[in-house]
This record gives sequence, C-alpha cells and structure tokens, in this order.
Amino acid sequence: MNGRFPLAALAGALLAGAALIAPASAQTAVKIGVLGDRSGAYSDISGEGSVVAARLALEDFKPEQHGLKVEIVSADHQNKPDVGAAIARQWYDRDSVDMITDGVTSSVALAISQVTKEKNKVFIDTGAGTADLTGPQCSPNTIHWVYDTVALANGTGGAMVKRGGNTWFFLTADYVFGQTLQRDTTKVIDKNGGKVVGSVKTPFPTADFSSFLLQAQGSGAKVIGLANAGADTINSIKQAGEFGITEGGQSLAGLLVFSSDVHSLGTKVAQGLVLTEPFYWDLNDQTRAFSDRFSKQMKGSKPTSNHAGVYSDVLHYLKAVAELKSTTDGAATVAKMKAIPTDDPLFGKGVVRADGRKIHDMYLFEVKKPAESKGEWDLYKKLETIPGDQVFRPLGEGGCPLVKG
Amino acid sequence: MMTIFGVPTQALFGQLLLGLINGSFYAILSLGLAIIFGLLNIINFAHGALYMMGAFVAWMLLTYFGLGYWWALGLAPLVVGVFGVILERVLIARLYKLDHLYGLLLTFGLALIIQGLFRNQYGVSGLPYAIPAELSGGQRLPFMFLPNYRAWVVVASLTVCIATWLVIEKTKLGAYLRAATENPTLVQAFGVNVPLFLTLTYGFGVALAGFAGVLAAPIYSVNPNMGADIIIVVFAVVVIGGMGSIIGSVITGFALGLVEGLTKVFYPEASSTVIFVIMVLVLLVKPAGLFGRTA
Amino acid sequence: MADTAALDAAPIAAALPESRDDKALQRKIFIGIAVLLVLAPFVLYPVYLMKVLCFALFALAFNLLLGYGGLLSFGHAAYFGMASYLAAYSAKAWGLTPEVAILIGTVTAALFGLLFGSLAIRRQGIYFSMITLALAQMAFFFALQAKFTGGEDGIQAVPRGNLFGAISLADDRAMYALVATVFFLGMLGIYRIIHSPFGQVLKAIRDNESRAISLGYRVNQYKLAVFVLSATLAGLAGATKAIVFQLASLTDVHWSMSGEVVLMTLVGGMGTVFGPIVGALVIVTMETYLAQFGAWVTVIQGCVFVLCVLLFREGVVGLIARILRKPL
Repeated sequence: MNGRFPLAALAGALLAGAALIAPASAQTAVKIGVLGDRSGAYSDISGEGSVVAARLALEDFKPEQHGLKVEIVSADHQNKPDVGAAIARQWYDRDSVDMITDGVTSSVALAISQVTKEKNKVFIDTGAGTADLTGPQCSPNTIHWVYDTVALANGTGGAMVKRGGNTWFFLTADYVFGQTLQRDTTKVIDKNGGKVVGSVKTPFPTADFSSFLLQAQGSGAKVIGLANAGADTINSIKQAGEFGITEGGQSLAGLLVFSSDVHSLGTKVAQGLVLTEPFYWDLNDQTRAFSDRFSKQMKGSKPTSNHAGVYSDVLHYLKAVAELKSTTDGAATVAKMKAIPTDDPLFGKGVVRADGRKIHDMYLFEVKKPAESKGEWDLYKKLETIPGDQVFRPLGEGGCPLVKG
Repeated sequence: MMTIFGVPTQALFGQLLLGLINGSFYAILSLGLAIIFGLLNIINFAHGALYMMGAFVAWMLLTYFGLGYWWALGLAPLVVGVFGVILERVLIARLYKLDHLYGLLLTFGLALIIQGLFRNQYGVSGLPYAIPAELSGGQRLPFMFLPNYRAWVVVASLTVCIATWLVIEKTKLGAYLRAATENPTLVQAFGVNVPLFLTLTYGFGVALAGFAGVLAAPIYSVNPNMGADIIIVVFAVVVIGGMGSIIGSVITGFALGLVEGLTKVFYPEASSTVIFVIMVLVLLVKPAGLFGRTA
Repeated sequence: MADTAALDAAPIAAALPESRDDKALQRKIFIGIAVLLVLAPFVLYPVYLMKVLCFALFALAFNLLLGYGGLLSFGHAAYFGMASYLAAYSAKAWGLTPEVAILIGTVTAALFGLLFGSLAIRRQGIYFSMITLALAQMAFFFALQAKFTGGEDGIQAVPRGNLFGAISLADDRAMYALVATVFFLGMLGIYRIIHSPFGQVLKAIRDNESRAISLGYRVNQYKLAVFVLSATLAGLAGATKAIVFQLASLTDVHWSMSGEVVLMTLVGGMGTVFGPIVGALVIVTMETYLAQFGAWVTVIQGCVFVLCVLLFREGVVGLIARILRKPL
C-alpha cells in the first residue's frame, strides 16, 4: 500500500460531500410544528389527526418542486397554557421551528400567539374558539383559521331564530369560553328578534346535567343553547335525550360541536341536533377524497373540521413561503398569506383578512335520524350554506389594533 | 304556584330527586372506599379509575361479546374485583406495615397508569352505551319527568348498600371482618385466614366501584376521565361520613347528593365546591366524621 | 382509629445524626450547586433550567413541611398558584417592577398559608391532609370564578419588566440570573431553618408529639410557623415562575400540581436536604423530554409513583445518603 490510495479516497470523499451539500443550499428549509392536544379533552379533534393532515398537505404541495425542504414536528400541550408556551418558546429558540399550527385550546392559543409575536414567527391557529385572537389580542404573526365564537353564534344562533326558535335558555359552561359564546349568541338572538328567557352556569367540567336540563325544561324555551364544548356537550346532549327534551318539543342547539363528538354520541342520541361547521367529510367529492386518505391512516376515523383546517393552512403557508423564498420574517410571511387569496379542496375559496381572520363559508347541519344514516360516520345533513362574509364578525368591529380606521 | 326562596316547589322537588340519584353513586363509591379503608387502612385513590373500568368493561362486553346491560351488571364487577385482587396481592399488600401515605401514593400512581392506558386506547370523547330497552322512557310526575333508568339507579344502589350493610353487621362473615379490623393478630390466632380476608375485601370494595361504573355507563359518558372527576368528591363524602363507617358513608353519600342538588338550584356555580366546604366544617367540628368512631 | 402525624422513620434520612464532617460535606455540596448554577446556562437551555429551579424551590418548601414537620399537605398548589396569580397581576395590571411583583406574590402565599394553616393544624394525620386538600379545592374554585385571574385563559402576556427599574429581564440570561439567585437564597434559608433550634423542635414534634408537649413546647405554634414558612417559600417559587413564563393559569392551583410536588419530593427523597432538588430535576426533565409522546406521560408518571413507593421509598438522595452514611 502506498500513500496515493488514501489521498484519492479523501479527495473523492470531499467531492462527494460537496456534491451533497451544494444542491441542498438552493432549497429553503422550513420546519412546521403541530402543537395540539394529544391526551386531553380535545385529543379527538386534534391529536395525531392534525399531524396526519399536515403530512397530507405536504404530499399534495410537493415542496421539492417549489424549492422547499419541509419537516414536521409535533408535541402535546395537554391543554395547559404554560406547557404550550414553553414548547413554543423552545421550538422557536432551539429547534428552528418556523410555524406552529393546530393550537385548539383558546387559553393555550393566546399564550402561543404571544410567544410567536415576540419571536417574529408564524402561528396559525385552527381549533381554538376565542374571537379575541382576531380582536383585541390580534397580532401580525397570527392567523385564525376554521371558526370562532362569533361565527358559531351567527351560524347556529341566527339560523335557529330564523327557523322559529325565538326563545332561548342557555346551559353555559362557567368559564371564559362558555361565557363568551353565550354573550355572542345572545347578541345575535336579540338582533334577530328573539329573546333569552333564562340561563344557568354549569361548573366546568360537569358530568351530570340533569338538574340544569330540568331547569331548561321548566323554562319552556323553544331552544336550549349549549354554550359548552367537548365532554360537557356530549354529556348534556346524552342526558337531554334521557329526559325527553326533544320529545317535549324543545330543540337543542349545540353551539360548538365537532363531528367526532356526534360520532361518539351516535345518531340515536344526537338526532335533530343543529350545529354549524365549516367542513364535513361528506360534503363533496374533494372532501370525500381527502377523508379517505385521512381515514386510512387514522384507523377509519374521518377528519374533523380542525384536521381539515390544518391541511388547508399548511398548504397556504407553504404557498406564501415558496413565493418569499424565506421563512425568517414571520410577519412578512403572514402579510403574504393575507395578500394571496386562499383556495383549497376542503374549504374552497376564501381570504385571510387584515386582522388575521380567515374567511370561508360555513354550513348549518342537522344530525340525521338513525333511519337516515347509512354508516357509522354518516351523521350530518346540510340545511344551508352561510356565506363567509356574513357569518364572521365584520372587520371593523373586533377592536383589533392592526385594522386602521 | 308555591315558591321557596323564589324557586317553585315543583322545581325544587325535581332537583332534590335528581340529587338523590346522584347521591346513589356517591353512596356506592364511598361504601367501597370506606370498607377498604376500614379494614385495610388503605386510602384507595385508584377507586375512581376502577369505577371507570367498570363502565368500560360493560361497554366491552357489549361491543366485543354482544352481552348486554344485565350481563354487565353481574360480570363487570366480577372482572373489576378480580383485577383488584391481583393488584392487592401483587402491589398493595406490601404496604400494610407502612404509613397511610404510601398506600395513597401507590394507588394514586395506579390510577394514573390505568387512566393513561385507557386514554391512549380509547381517546377522551367517550364511547356510546345505550340505556337498556326495559328501562328506557320515564314517568310523568307532577313536578318533573323522571327517566325510568334513574329511578332504577336509586333502587339498585339502595339494594346493594343495604345488602352490604346486612352482610357486614349481621352475618358471621361480617363479624370476622369487623373483628379483623379491630385486632388482626388475635383473629389470625383464632385460625381465620386474615390475609385472604384482606384480599377479598379489597376485591369486594372495588367490585362495588365497578358496579357503580356499570350503573353510570348509560347516563354519563363512558370516558377515561370519568373516574378522576368523581374521586375527589367521593373522598370528601367518606371523610364527612366517617372513614371506616359503613352506614356513615352510605347515608352521607345520599345526603350530600341532596345538598349538591339544592346548591344547583340556588347557586349552581358552587355546586362542585359545596361538598368541600362541608368537609372542612365537619373536620373542624367532628374530625372522625359524622358517623365515625371518635379519634 | 386514631392517626398520628409521624411518618415511618425509615425513609427519612434526616434522622441520621450530624457531625461536623457532615456539615462540611453539606457546605461543599452547596458550593458545588452554586458552581453548577453559574455554569449550567452555557450548556443547557436557560428556560428549561429556570423551570427546574422554580419547581425545585417549590419542592424544597413542600419538603420542609413534610420531611421536617411531618405534615403531608395535599393542597400546596394553593400557595404556589395564588402567589403566581398575584405576581402576574401586579406586574401586568399595576405595572410593578418584577421584584415587587414577586414580593406581593410571596406575601399573598404567606397570608393564605396563615389562614389555611390555622384551620388545618387543628387536626392530625390524614385528617390534616384532607383539610388541606379541601381548602386548596376552594382556592381553585376562587381562582376559577374571580375576574382578575382570567379563568381558563389565565393571566397572559405578563411583562418581565425591569429589575429594580433598571435591569431588563427580557433577556433569558438576565432572568436566569435572578431565578438562580432566588433559588439559592431560598435553599440556604431552608437549610438555616432546618439547622436552627426551631428546626430541632420541629423534628422533636415530628418524632414524638406528646413528648414534645410534655416538655412544654407550644406544639401548635411551631406547626403553624412551619406551615406558614413552607407556604411562603412555595409562593416565592410560584411568583418567580409567573414572571419567568409570563403566565399564570389554573394549572398552578389545580390538585394535580399538588400531586406533582409530592411526586418530586418522593422521587428525590423526603426529609433530605437536597432530595427535592433532584426530584424536581428528574420530573421536569421527564416531562420536557416526554412532551412529544404526549399521551404516555401520565402512564409513565404513574409508573414512577408506583415503583418509588414499592422499591425506592427513600428516593434518589436518600439512597445516596444511606450508602455514604451521611445526612444529605
């Protein structure tokens, strides 16, 4: 053996190394963090499904063709604002995450939004309800996808009143989200000529709603509004069935209900429930196609509107990044996302407003009767479409400092 | 229409009846806890998780084996009881010589494990379990619509509680149990297999929790968190009633259900906390509990 | 059946007699910790370190009551949490500088400690623990209902502010310096309490209360004093945490937080001086590392509880102390 072979090998290695490094630097590296609830009350609308949805968006966007190299990470905030903020901080500081999505819980979303503004990154919240994210707490780095409490109030509240449900009794989960929901829906009811005859605040969370339902029955209101979410909603609906509420002539309005909640209740218990959602897996061919791909990876479960939201916002984010060819300035990326109109197979055409609110149509659904349902996930029938510009809070009314004049 | 403090009497009676129904759950669960504490000196934090298991076993029996509610009433407590026996033999028996603290910590850890595993497997939205056809529908009483199933819950709970009380107070088996609580060494010297007694008692105590779980399945959401929500309240009931007093925990369970029901009418936001206020008051005035033997 | 407050002597290594050599060893450990505190932020992520330190102080405070006072409080989250809320509120709504905000939080915790403690110490053993739990639940309910706490959202966007009006704490390193100082002083304070005549009387009460009474000590006053001290230091930890993470939420007053501090103390070693620090380190690291596995965190925590209780009651530091035959 002589000295030439090692030298040649070294040269070869260097060349190979250079060859590997060179093309990579022409691509922009993007890291997306899916920060949701994987173990708590909202894990079925968030959880692993959100990660699957994000990956499906990657598959469809084909980042290599746009000069992007995308990586997805995920974590569980356990519905705790401090955990969520800590993970966000660490992701931004140490792990070079550029964008966080999912979010889901209102209190956590507000915390993440704060940290994101501080670090000038991007936060696109899908599942949280609080309309304050595009109101007093709006930020140039945050976009609010899917829905908010005002849209739900306009949708379900407005629609029910117009259909004859003009007296209301509220079962309100006694925390900020429930109270906001009641407040926003009351405004809509009053505006449409209805009347709120009573309400009761239920401790959050509660397992037994029987006494509150009894009070609702006693009030004689035509509509019983459920200003709660998650397990509380499921329990109140289940027990309402037990007490013969709908047989007695009253309707239930679920102000925040996801398809996963209805699935766990079953059509027998939930039939006749009216709700508003911006997405349903069986709405059209495109949603069906997506839902098939989704359910193959999720043991047969169909996507909720939160999952669809993650798909849709990742697509739009990557579009913006591809145009800017950089992820360093979060506020600039968000501004780009507001400049490009949105169009995806799940939500159709829409736009991101100056206050960070994503606008798209919402739909009023009613849960099918067991006889009408042909499968485990055949749950909704569509009553009407509510156009995006009518269902969300008007731009000037939110109190967002970003909106001028 | 008569009113009491601005609430129509009809509505009040309705709420009291509902409170009594809730009290049934508290009664069965605190009965199990009291038995376990009375004999084993273990504060069984896993009681809530085992109650939840009872509901899940009922659901599994239906979904995987097609066995309905009435089967579940008998089988689920048995399954949970056997599981409890295993827990006792393998883990809990090692702690009898130590301070209560360790029993509490161990069972707390067990509760975390059991709940975590079920959550991983089944998610948190809850699983559907229907009210059996024979018990569906209800009675139109003058002051409320009473679902038949809820009436059944009260009946079942009272029966089980009274039966247990009779066994403990009036039979030879119960006598051995009570003796073993007072002086285990002496009882063992008489030839009674005390360790076996302890194991069976734990098994029976948690079987009661499993039974409560089956009762709960059709009306509360069958989800992994259902135990955690209720266990703290049941603790309070047991402490108020007197830890170790069988009859105390049953009566207190029903009574506190009533109190909770009343609170829901007048000040609903506080209905989760009123039990703790009472607990503090009772502990300050009569620390052994309302029916407990004096400390 | 009557219950006395005393725990098994076995797991509490503090029962070991202390000689001059032992004290010298402990002093060396203190110096070692100080050195680590200075070097650590250059190696590890400062925000994670600050979390460890805040919880370590919380666990130390809890251990003061449990390991030395022999009193198991199930409601320590009340002091941690209420201090956190008041510190957050004073920094955000009243715009006070961080050291004043932390002071306000700590004083709040002391007041709650005085109120709850005076009620709880009237009873012993398991009844004492249940009263603390019940009172903490009521504090939780109060936090849930009160307007200023922000309910489910908590108090967010708490400004880090300028220490003494001059030093900006927005930079994580400056904040870390403050937290490390607070922690070290807190730890020293607890050490002094344990090794004072007051601490000796506490140990006597813990080991044999009736004898202490017969010797003429006003046992209840001592118990209340250690309760208030423990609550105050727990509050110091909570208030500091609120400024570091700029957030105070219901998690801080929930009973699972009380359970976590018990777990930290158990894992680290009840009744040892340094045990709670190790316990906090282990638990916080475990949670941070396992956050990505989300759903399994509770199961793993449960397993840690079970294993510790069955096999490892003395905790990490207790084990080390036993091997070295020195009190730690």
